[in-house]
Amino acid sequence: MLENVSGINSSTALWYASRATGVVALLLMTAVVLLGILVTRQGRLPGLPRFAVTGLHRNLSLVAVVFIGLHVLTAVTDSYVNIPLTAVVVPLASPYEPIWVGLGAVSLDITVAVVVTSLLRRHLSRRVWRAVHLLAYLSWPVAWLHSITASHDLLHGWMFVIGVGCALLVVVAVGWRLAAAARDVPRAQRVSLLMSAVHDRTSQRHKSAPVAGAPERTSRR
Amino acid sequence: MAERLTVNPIECEGHGACAELLPELISLDEWGYPIIDDHPVPPFLERDARAAVSACPTLALRLQRQ
Amino acid sequence: MTAATTGMPAEGTATELPRLLPVSGQRQEDWRAHVARHGRLPYRDAPGRLITDMRQAGLTGRGGAAFPVHRKLTAVLDAANERRRTPVVIANGAESEPASDKDATLLWLAPHLVLDGLQLAAEATGADQAILYTHAQRREDVGKRLRQAMAERAAVGIDRVPVELAESPARFLSGQETALINHLGGGPAIPTFMPPRVTERGLGGAPTLVQNVETLAQLALVARHGPHWFRQVGTKTEPGSMLCTIRRADGSPRIAEVPMGIPLRDVLGPVSHDGAVLIGGYHGTWAPAGEAAQLTLDNQSLSAVGARVGAGVLITLPADRCGLAETARTVRYLALESAGQCGPCLNGLPRIAAALAELAGPRPGRHARADVERWSGLVTGRGACHHPDGTARFVRSALITFAPELDRHARGRCAATNSKPFLPIPRGSARTEEDWL
Repeated sequence: MLENVSGINSSTALWYASRATGVVALLLMTAVVLLGILVTRQGRLPGLPRFAVTGLHRNLSLVAVVFIGLHVLTAVTDSYVNIPLTAVVVPLASPYEPIWVGLGAVSLDITVAVVVTSLLRRHLSRRVWRAVHLLAYLSWPVAWLHSITASHDLLHGWMFVIGVGCALLVVVAVGWRLAAAARDVPRAQRVSLLMSAVHDRTSQRHKSAPVAGAPERTSRR
Repeated sequence: MAERLTVNPIECEGHGACAELLPELISLDEWGYPIIDDHPVPPFLERDARAAVSACPTLALRLQRQ
Repeated sequence: MTAATTGMPAEGTATELPRLLPVSGQRQEDWRAHVARHGRLPYRDAPGRLITDMRQAGLTGRGGAAFPVHRKLTAVLDAANERRRTPVVIANGAESEPASDKDATLLWLAPHLVLDGLQLAAEATGADQAILYTHAQRREDVGKRLRQAMAERAAVGIDRVPVELAESPARFLSGQETALINHLGGGPAIPTFMPPRVTERGLGGAPTLVQNVETLAQLALVARHGPHWFRQVGTKTEPGSMLCTIRRADGSPRIAEVPMGIPLRDVLGPVSHDGAVLIGGYHGTWAPAGEAAQLTLDNQSLSAVGARVGAGVLITLPADRCGLAETARTVRYLALESAGQCGPCLNGLPRIAAALAELAGPRPGRHARADVERWSGLVTGRGACHHPDGTARFVRSALITFAPELDRHARGRCAATNSKPFLPIPRGSARTEEDWL
């Protein structure tokens, strides 16, 4: 389809811009998901203070929203393909590739919900905020699927590497997060576990060393 | 209007972002949990206090008017 | 079963006590005996009228915190009016302090006083729901006894608000206000941290009055006899009587109803001068017996040794026991009873327990004492409830009171000759989420 285009006009420029901003948006969303997982496991980025992990996660998500916005705007306004405005948020409303564009709409809807609830977090209950935020784990794969199907860019060349690379990173990160969660100690067992650990250490260690050991975390999850 | 920092000890997971942004009023104990100075926040630290509150990933830190 | 229960009259008011407990020994007061002695429940027929009497009487909570009853009632009534929500009243008989037995005894001997108080509190706050929360495992038949009492009341139709019986799990934190409400709401019996206070928003979001069962029994008597009568016993600032759980060095525990301000030596009997007394239970304070003997049972006097009346637990440590060993055993229990929700408590209490275990043995490590001091400071005031604070207070008082023992242990010696455990510590700890339900 794209090969049939000859010469550059404003419409195709917009179409190219849409594809380009789409790729950047996917990269940003990947980074946001990875950073989000890092925040929840209290991970650090080397050389950066703790608040940078949360800060980057939030700031990049806003930048991602900007790029998603540009991506959507250019896709709708260009006349090369017909994507009405409604199709941006309503799945299957686009005459052009209804399913694949629809995936984008789903991902966008979820992303908007996540971002809005996060901005209004202070006024929401923790449970509501958390439930919506967990949907981000759905938003990313849907966005990725949309990326590889709505246009064929990610199926060739170094774009392919980007597409696969992002997927690999997210899969590994989510896998790590699930494994870590499985190792987490449920609340009811934390104290007895620490008691055994501390008392074992006390009876084994040299008398001059202080009773210490690694701190126990109080994660809600 | 006096404002004081409070932390919800149940929600707090010891991320420690608050202590980095407001070391004048928040330090971390030997287990990584915040020790909060509960005196009123002086005006010149108000902006940093809000940044610390905002940076808390679990919204455990709050700034409350007394 | 607890030993003989008696009233101990204060000077000049020989006929005043006992008020709550039956006059003759252990006999339970059924409905007829209750009405014969106290008369029928004096409803006021409008919310709020009782509150004035409570303010004038100066009745404070008998669950440990000694919070003025009229202020709690007012807070609930105000919240109910402001938020247009019908309140709930809860009689707290969880008595989660293992060394205390007075609430179980009161419920066993005089349940109708408690149930009267519950009805009056419901009327004063406009509540339409009442719950009696008890610790079933303490006394296997307390549930049966209470159901019997409630059936007697149903037969005469005296109650205006339906009363529900509920059971608490056997955890140290069960009696804590927010933990209690959390549990009644279907969750585990662990504290929550949520402003506003439970008087504003509690069970099911309704304004909730939580009052110790003894407080409600006292309330039921003040409603009958008036504030002036209540103040005829006790001190000016801390009037009235209270129930105490007394464990002397020789005998088994006993429950006594005493006037506030009674000299401790009248309650405890003769104590050896180099012994120690525990005032206030496991969140209370150790004091040298010689000092304790000079004090009276009121907060003003007890503050001299940093103690509070609390729920009236008074224990004399036998001279042949090691106070450090008893403290270490107790703190191990207290640490295991932490809800494990708050970082400082979860991390601090087990470490304090381990260091104390070391201090209770021969030649402890050099750092143990300093560690205990530091950790006690770190845990205080940094949890969602006062469990770490109370534990730290208990620990610090032990280090002060048993300082000579600490010195001996450092040299590999111990003055104790009996290693049999003395303080009552429940066996078994919470292992799964079910243990909190």
